[in-house]
Amino acid sequence: MARESPAAASSSRDSESELYSGLYRRMRLIRRFEDDVQSLFQRGLVHGTTHLYSGQEAGAVGVCSALGDEDRVAATYRGHGAALALGVEPEALMAELLGRATGVCEGRSGSMNVIDLEHRLMGCFSIVGGSIAAATGMALALKRKGGVAVAFFGDGTANQGYFPECLNFARVFDLPVVYVCENNRYGEFTPFEQVTGGKILDRPRTLGIQAETIDGNDIWSVREAAAAAVGRARAGEGPQFIESLTYRFVGHSRSDPGAYRAPGELDEWRKRDPLVVTRKGLGDRYGVTAEALDEIDESVEKEMAAVVDAASSAPFPEPEQAREFKGG
Amino acid sequence: MAEIDFRDAIRDALDEELARDDTVIFFGEDVAAPGGVFATTGGLMDKHGPERVFDTPISELAIAGAAFGSAVGGLRPVIEIMFADFLPLVMDSLVNQAAKYWYLSNEQKSVPLVVRTAAGAGGRFGAVHSQMPVSWFQGVPGLKIVCPSTPGDAKALLKAAIRDDNPVLFVEHKRLYAIKGEAGGDVATIGEARVLREGSDVAIVSAMKGVHESLAAAEQLSAEGVEAEVIDLRTLRPLDTQTILKSVQKTNRLVVVEEGPRTGGWAGEVLAQVLEGALEDIDDAWRLATPDHPIPYSPPLEDHFLPGAEAIAQSILGRDGRHH
Repeated sequence: MARESPAAASSSRDSESELYSGLYRRMRLIRRFEDDVQSLFQRGLVHGTTHLYSGQEAGAVGVCSALGDEDRVAATYRGHGAALALGVEPEALMAELLGRATGVCEGRSGSMNVIDLEHRLMGCFSIVGGSIAAATGMALALKRKGGVAVAFFGDGTANQGYFPECLNFARVFDLPVVYVCENNRYGEFTPFEQVTGGKILDRPRTLGIQAETIDGNDIWSVREAAAAAVGRARAGEGPQFIESLTYRFVGHSRSDPGAYRAPGELDEWRKRDPLVVTRKGLGDRYGVTAEALDEIDESVEKEMAAVVDAASSAPFPEPEQAREFKGG
Repeated sequence: MAEIDFRDAIRDALDEELARDDTVIFFGEDVAAPGGVFATTGGLMDKHGPERVFDTPISELAIAGAAFGSAVGGLRPVIEIMFADFLPLVMDSLVNQAAKYWYLSNEQKSVPLVVRTAAGAGGRFGAVHSQMPVSWFQGVPGLKIVCPSTPGDAKALLKAAIRDDNPVLFVEHKRLYAIKGEAGGDVATIGEARVLREGSDVAIVSAMKGVHESLAAAEQLSAEGVEAEVIDLRTLRPLDTQTILKSVQKTNRLVVVEEGPRTGGWAGEVLAQVLEGALEDIDDAWRLATPDHPIPYSPPLEDHFLPGAEAIAQSILGRDGRHH
């Protein structure tokens, strides 16, 4: 095989640097978005409940960076990260959480049920396992017209009925779907080992589905694994499974202070914060300077300040008689 | 017009819609190669191919999820849930996802899917293979419930259900599969009831097999000098309240005959709507439904459990005695 010329290698390094710097920005945007959601929630402006993605950003950003225009994603009630990773407008998403008329669904869906088909988000599903069902069905449609469906879900979903039923269904019909299990170690408040027999990874493998476990806080690992899995699904090799090991820095939902965490566990994972890992990787691999990364952070600060301003000052929707059915 | 069995009307509707629209697909347990446990879908796979008509694992959660997701993806899936008693297993995809999608997405996309299912008692199938699931789904906004009583309606309403842009629960009463009737190529309008027999003394409102029992009861009543109007609802959500109110304005008496548990059933909803819309026209209004206990197996127990023609006629004569 011919060796890459030094010039080509340098150009490829530049484009990788640019690509991963962009992914870093997206991850930073998600972190900042979630911080804002948290503070807006505490001020009573985000209502009901909400589930933050802080700490898991490399998962959604890495996987979605490997998708094409024809692909579709089903996410969960912890779905702000997937939505932003797919390109849903931060202002429209924030407005939705604030219940405003300018929201993605004009205030009808709220935090847990956002749908934005234009940005390839078939939905955030607020029933554990719902994303698996939705993506499996989407894959049935995409098998015909091209494209791959992706389901994000947590470790807790491995114990829902949808998990074995849909994985088997996808296997026997060779559906183009990638199942991404974001194992953040806790199903709500309960450590996953305590309620999960055997290894999660053995379950898809038993069904004949290619599966691997990856470091979900390392954007390079996630993107590479996702690109390979999506490529195989696209090539007609059937369903693929990725177990992405990660950790959420916040409680399950707004009512959860995280008292179940082992002492020191959060601090250990903070050292492996995907933003820290990515900053270091960008420096080590491509020589991106701390100053350049700080500039990215500052541009995100500015963008999010404008997003929060615009979304908070948007009007609430007018109550009206909605149509029950399409066509009448 | 040719007379065909109800079960063949179902097959013909599927066949014609599969031929008409390439986005229609049909799947379920034993529906393709075996042709369905009630022999409703034979030959469809051979004609339309295994990519569009296929047998699934016994996995109702996956079947319903596949229907929901593929409908969002642009297909028009029809699934068969072999017995309506298995519908609790599809409820999440149907109730939490499909029925809400049009509204929650702010009308970005509706979910055109059809769930066909065999329901109803009288076949000695026992408590968990004989139920009528309508009341489980009656209170779900965004879901249509269609329930034909004749082969002609089975075909015309199933064609309409497949063309509808919303999720539709299509209920087939098991004891009707063998009845014969005319069926053409027309497409019905979902949400329209039909007056099958005119009469001025009492209106009997029913659906599915209950319509046949009501018509037989009307003949018995006619011999007693009581002329009953019989209304076939054909769709249980949305309800055609106008047709019912029109009858009540004429008859001033209304009995709703429901095969399904009395408490929380659709008959109660019909009575509520009549009360709201025509209180001044009502001399008497009541319902005949099945008792609030599981469906029994033993033939005399099951026969007694169901509201048959004789019971309907006797109830009307008894109420008339009270009011004349």
